[in-house]
Amino acid sequence: MTQNAEHVLDHFELFRGPEYQQMLANKKALFENPHDPAEVERIREWAKTPEYREKNFAREALTVNPAKACQPLGAVFVAVGFEGTLPFVHGSQGCVAYYRSHLSRHFKEPSSCVSSSMTEDAAVFGGLNNMIDGLANTYNMYKPKMIAVSTTCMAEVIGDDLNAFIKTAKEKGSVPAEYDVPFAHTPAFVGSHVTGYDNALKGILEHFWDGKAGTAPKLERKENDKINFIGGFDGYTVGNIREIKRIFELMGIEYTILADNSDVFDTPTDGEFRMYDGGTTLEDAANAIHAKATISMQQYCTEKTLPFIQGHGHEVAAFNHPVGVSATDDFLMTLSRISGKPIAKTLEQERGRLVDAMADSSAHIHGKKFAIYGDPDLCYGLAAFLLELGAEPTHVLATNGNKAWAEKMEGLFASSPFGKNCHAYPGKDLWHMRSLLFTEPVDFLIGNTYGKYLERDTGTPLIRIGFPVFDRHHHHRYPVWGYQGGMNVLVKILDKIFDEIDKNTNVPAKTDYSFDIIR
Amino acid sequence: MSLATTESVAEIKARNKQLIDEVLKVYPEKTAKRRAKHLNVHEAGKSDCGVKSNLKSIPGVMTIRGCAYAGSKGVVWGPIKDMIHISHGPVGCGQYSWAARRNYYIGTTGIDTFVTMQFTSDFQEKDIVFGGDKKLAKIIDEIQELFPLNHGITIQSECPIGLIGDDIEAVSKVKSKEYDGKTIVPVRCEGFRGVSQSLGHHIANDAVRDWIFDKISPEAKPAFEATPYDVAIIGDYNIGGDAWSSRILLEEMGLRVIAQWSGDGSLAELEATPKAKLNVLHCYRSMNYISRHMEEKFGIPWCEYNFFGPSKIAESLRKIASFFDDKIKEGAERVIAKYQPLMDAVIAKYRPRLEGKTVMLFVGGLRPRHVIGAYEDLGMEVVGTGYEFGHNDDYQRTAQHYVKDGTLIYDDVTGYEFERFVEKIQPDLVGSGIKEKYVFQKMGVPFRQMHSWDYSGPYHGYDGFAIFARDMDMAINSPIWKKTKAPWKDAPRPSLMAAE
Repeated sequence: MTQNAEHVLDHFELFRGPEYQQMLANKKALFENPHDPAEVERIREWAKTPEYREKNFAREALTVNPAKACQPLGAVFVAVGFEGTLPFVHGSQGCVAYYRSHLSRHFKEPSSCVSSSMTEDAAVFGGLNNMIDGLANTYNMYKPKMIAVSTTCMAEVIGDDLNAFIKTAKEKGSVPAEYDVPFAHTPAFVGSHVTGYDNALKGILEHFWDGKAGTAPKLERKENDKINFIGGFDGYTVGNIREIKRIFELMGIEYTILADNSDVFDTPTDGEFRMYDGGTTLEDAANAIHAKATISMQQYCTEKTLPFIQGHGHEVAAFNHPVGVSATDDFLMTLSRISGKPIAKTLEQERGRLVDAMADSSAHIHGKKFAIYGDPDLCYGLAAFLLELGAEPTHVLATNGNKAWAEKMEGLFASSPFGKNCHAYPGKDLWHMRSLLFTEPVDFLIGNTYGKYLERDTGTPLIRIGFPVFDRHHHHRYPVWGYQGGMNVLVKILDKIFDEIDKNTNVPAKTDYSFDIIR
Repeated sequence: MSLATTESVAEIKARNKQLIDEVLKVYPEKTAKRRAKHLNVHEAGKSDCGVKSNLKSIPGVMTIRGCAYAGSKGVVWGPIKDMIHISHGPVGCGQYSWAARRNYYIGTTGIDTFVTMQFTSDFQEKDIVFGGDKKLAKIIDEIQELFPLNHGITIQSECPIGLIGDDIEAVSKVKSKEYDGKTIVPVRCEGFRGVSQSLGHHIANDAVRDWIFDKISPEAKPAFEATPYDVAIIGDYNIGGDAWSSRILLEEMGLRVIAQWSGDGSLAELEATPKAKLNVLHCYRSMNYISRHMEEKFGIPWCEYNFFGPSKIAESLRKIASFFDDKIKEGAERVIAKYQPLMDAVIAKYRPRLEGKTVMLFVGGLRPRHVIGAYEDLGMEVVGTGYEFGHNDDYQRTAQHYVKDGTLIYDDVTGYEFERFVEKIQPDLVGSGIKEKYVFQKMGVPFRQMHSWDYSGPYHGYDGFAIFARDMDMAINSPIWKKTKAPWKDAPRPSLMAAE
């Protein structure tokens, strides 16, 4: 017996003891019908080969370890960014349990969302009664200022009509007639969570700007000097939005952050649970129509929203999750041009510091090869930053990236000598990435938590940037946007590089001559 | 805190009844009427907890429940390690449940073992419109090509499958024949079926019966020599290694565990289970169905047990031993005696730090009752408990064997109710899930996730109890809970207790 009260052993150590090891070996040998270890080894090696890669890339139907989620997750992410708003997902209830868990595991925060809990009878008769009862309950229990409705695939397959259902629910008195219930259809079998973000945000803006589903006059735009800002689906929303606010304030630009969930995903522990915190006020959401321009930080999160806004007379500009010097330069110059305000001195200094840091450390990154996967915009932003560091973003993969994204990526690669041997992989998954890492190895992998399986299998060190990050804490509190955000990304990459160098040079009397104190 | 201990049972009951009345006030009338049936104050001596259960959740109330897919793929089937489980439908279900349940296993992932992988048919609009059967057939071919060492495949249906009329059974049969009788199991666990995870467990159990047991050839050569001491562990998902720290005790007492259902389990183990002399059942809720089936069809008795905390472990070891001869009975006594010094040391260390502390639970299958004994072994008291997806037989077991007079009972609790209950009762610890964790921690209430063991564990068995005790101590006695109020603030607790 190895367990003891003085030093309690948990799963990290307990099962490594001889009793457990023996027990597990017996279990396998006697009862599991295991394959011959030589055969397992043969297949393991075969799965690393170009031949396997070819078969792997020939897949037409099977998806293995995708790097994308479904639409309603993005809709929930948007909804909680509005003041006092509770997301309401019409359809099966298990989905909502999943979104809440998923967001809580990433942000280490509560995640509030309700479901209309449709079951078999609703599958047959439609979910109208669920909508009627659900809205009434939500409204009475949680006193939200707004209920933002989206759908699971169940409701979409049976064809429930949100507009009509919400109208009926209001007629039945579930919520007051003038109460804000924006909605968006968010079928899980179209696009991904970034599509859901787009649909939900468009739904909310449409609600406020275009006459609240026919119940109010459309707003008439009276242009002012404000700029609207849309972050897109972003695991770093807490740090990023705060950084963006700081930038706007430094430049003296009046702004509205749309879907500002930076506070609700970062509430204090002070004795009070805040179901709602911060967020874009409903008034601001409506008044956002008057802004002179709207900026989206993530083009692929706002493919419908941005044209919708443009249609209301705004100048619009979209970026691709800008990280690093040039991307931030572009972002700031755009802000400056639109607002007519000069770029703040402080920001200029910050720019200089980021360039300084990159110059100081460039020797360690220059020429290193990276694989990146994640959402399309994040992939683009990170690849662009690596290029300006003289690194090569060799494999860039977005499960929810499309052909247009791939072309855009190829354009980026073509713009830099370091992009010469780089390729974009739209619509592929992490099992494809596994083959890429075996057949065309790189020095580092950038991705979300699930990249740790690739790191384990292929030995490619993982730098965790993306969503979700479940197994490291608090990174979402630090921005990756702005020059300061670029600094955070730089340091994260450098830390991993240096850790790897140390790890590879620490065998006494063998490799320790490179185990340097000064690097 | 721990005010409950200074109150009489009558006072506690009155307060709990008042609390129930208060929370019901927030609901529209129809909802209040429905919810009232799920809330109660336990009366000692009653045969159940006096609540309705296993009924539909009410729309819009923020139920904590999941769905049938979660019960089948997430709980029952997912841990079977040498089979590939296809999340059949859109991408989300498989994505959100990917490797989230800590079902530990040994194996070469991606080669002969597949638990922490996400296989999905990633349905697109055209699959909804034209049906997904052809895609499914192709997926099976691609799995066979790329993962040749898999021992079988299951098809875990997501909502659309049942709605668009796909015939996954037909695809499974055709493909099974094509691949020499390969085990391919279609599971009709669409998320809209039933009222919670629970129906998914049942459907998954039935799928084992229909697509594994019924296909075992009676003439097949046994994989091993049977012994009189062969047992199967049923309903242990090996969260953080729970099944392992349980198995070791059964083996130490002289039994031989021929199968684990389903944590670290394999197809061969499922197939071998009808040879067991006794099925020992931990999570009654999720696997009583298959246990009853094996009793009826193969004459295998089953026996519920509880491996949380030394009192229940000893009781359970003796109960299990009672099905066997003196050799095993002596073995049970030997095991109990062997671990007694460890248990004494654990309790001597932690009980003084935890004595009198109160706990409120809200968990899934067996834990709302099973862990009560472990808390009591540490001198703690469970003052409120409820099941996410329990049935009446769970509440009967709870009433008859576990909870004390006056315990607050809440079935399928809503977010609102749970917050209010905790706010008023101010327990020293809440044990529930990830969706609840941060809510209560923000309120300054220590919390442990009792689904995932908060990334710790195992908690089963004697080895697990030491970890359980350590974890409860570190949650409750963490210095951080003294710092939730800034020292310059007048700090009445958020509790409404003060007003009472």
